[in-house]
Amino acid sequence: MTTITAPLRILIGKVGLDGHDRGIKLVARALRDAGMEIIYTGLHQTPEQIVSAAIQEDVDAIGLSVLSGSHNTLFLRVLELLKEQDADDIVVFGGGIIPNEDIPKLHAAGVRALFRPGTTMADIVDFVKAIQPRA
Amino acid sequence: MLSSERSIRKEMASPDGLAEHVKAGRVRAISRTITLLEAGNPMGREILRQLGDSGGRSHAIGITGYPGAGKSTLIDRLITAYRQQDKTVGVLAVDMSSPFTGGAILGDRIRMQDHALDKGVYVHSLATRGQRGGVSAATRDAVLVLDTAGFDIVLVETVGVGQGEWDIAEVAKTVVVVVAPGLGDEIQAMKAGILEVAHIVVVNKADHDGAETTLQHLRDWHPCVLRTVAVKGEGIPELIAAIAHHQQADPLPRHVSSQTIRQSLH
Ligand SMILES: Nc1nc2c(ncn2[C@@H]2O[C@H](COP(=O)(O)OP(=O)(O)OP(=O)(O)O)[C@@H](O)[C@H]2O)c(=O)[nH]1
Ligand SMILES: [Mg+2]
Repeated sequence: MTTITAPLRILIGKVGLDGHDRGIKLVARALRDAGMEIIYTGLHQTPEQIVSAAIQEDVDAIGLSVLSGSHNTLFLRVLELLKEQDADDIVVFGGGIIPNEDIPKLHAAGVRALFRPGTTMADIVDFVKAIQPRA
Repeated sequence: MLSSERSIRKEMASPDGLAEHVKAGRVRAISRTITLLEAGNPMGREILRQLGDSGGRSHAIGITGYPGAGKSTLIDRLITAYRQQDKTVGVLAVDMSSPFTGGAILGDRIRMQDHALDKGVYVHSLATRGQRGGVSAATRDAVLVLDTAGFDIVLVETVGVGQGEWDIAEVAKTVVVVVAPGLGDEIQAMKAGILEVAHIVVVNKADHDGAETTLQHLRDWHPCVLRTVAVKGEGIPELIAAIAHHQQADPLPRHVSSQTIRQSLH
């Protein structure tokens, strides 16, 4: 089978009430500049909207920004919905202000990486580049 | 029509399985098939072959025009209107890939996210991946896939500013060209190009200054020019009516239709 390398497709969005999109737009641009196709869903997304969009767009990964303090519920709900739809092969990663004590639990639930304040853009890009494409 | 997604992952490994699930309108299979076609994976062509001519019911509508003219916002409103008519809607939103990195930010979807949970609506973004013009190499295949999946309406958004217009006319039966007020010399350029393939011209952002002038200029050159304010939903019923009228008045597509593309596959 001939394989033609297709760019990674990454959904980038923000769940919860927080209304700032500067950080997430910078991430989207850095990933675009690394040669990826970024489906940008914008702000105020519910986990249901994110998962539905991810499946319609056949993305390799979902990158979520969560700043509202409800990170546990939101991430867990995204993972649960992916599982329900037999789509838990989609990698989930995220960023935000996430307290230390919550991190093991989120990793155990299936969040592949969590980027907290202080992470460099290069760290994020390197992580995403290493994701295995699904098709 | 978009049935349960549960446990179709295994069956998606084979072209037969994917083709069956596409025909049944399953979202994951539709999306994966488009991915395979875009990647030039031979499995994609095999699926298309198996889909054969089981579609043919969809009305494909191209929405093209200048960057930022309001195409995606207009599509958002068209989706709402078609859903009120109980029609299912598939959207293909094409954006340019960066010629430098091959990457792309596909942002059309933001304007349509209110429909993300409506099972009768499907939105898929495509990057041009180096293809000249506004229509990606895989777009015509993706139109066929959505047609076979049974969507009543297939909306294709492309940026058309002098190169891609002809391509959109090949995949869409009805071509709507969207412009914003304030066009000056551009109208001269449009006469030989975008206006020739347009069945309907929309002056969107009609709440902006200069809308009347732009309308009048365009009406000198095109028989069907409408005004809309997409953000407020103004002019949408008229646009829906004009699209329906075009479909009825011109039952045989003027350009290469998805039907002809399908025949060329055999
Ligand atoms: N005032 C006004 N603004 C509008 C109207 N329609 C769209 N907009 C705004 O124009 C901007 C661009 O709208 P989009 O729908 O993204 O335009 P587009 O043509 O899809 O843009 P690209 O896909 O980037 O080429 C957004 O900020 C919209 O809210 C309108 O009728 N009036
Ligand atoms: Mg757009």
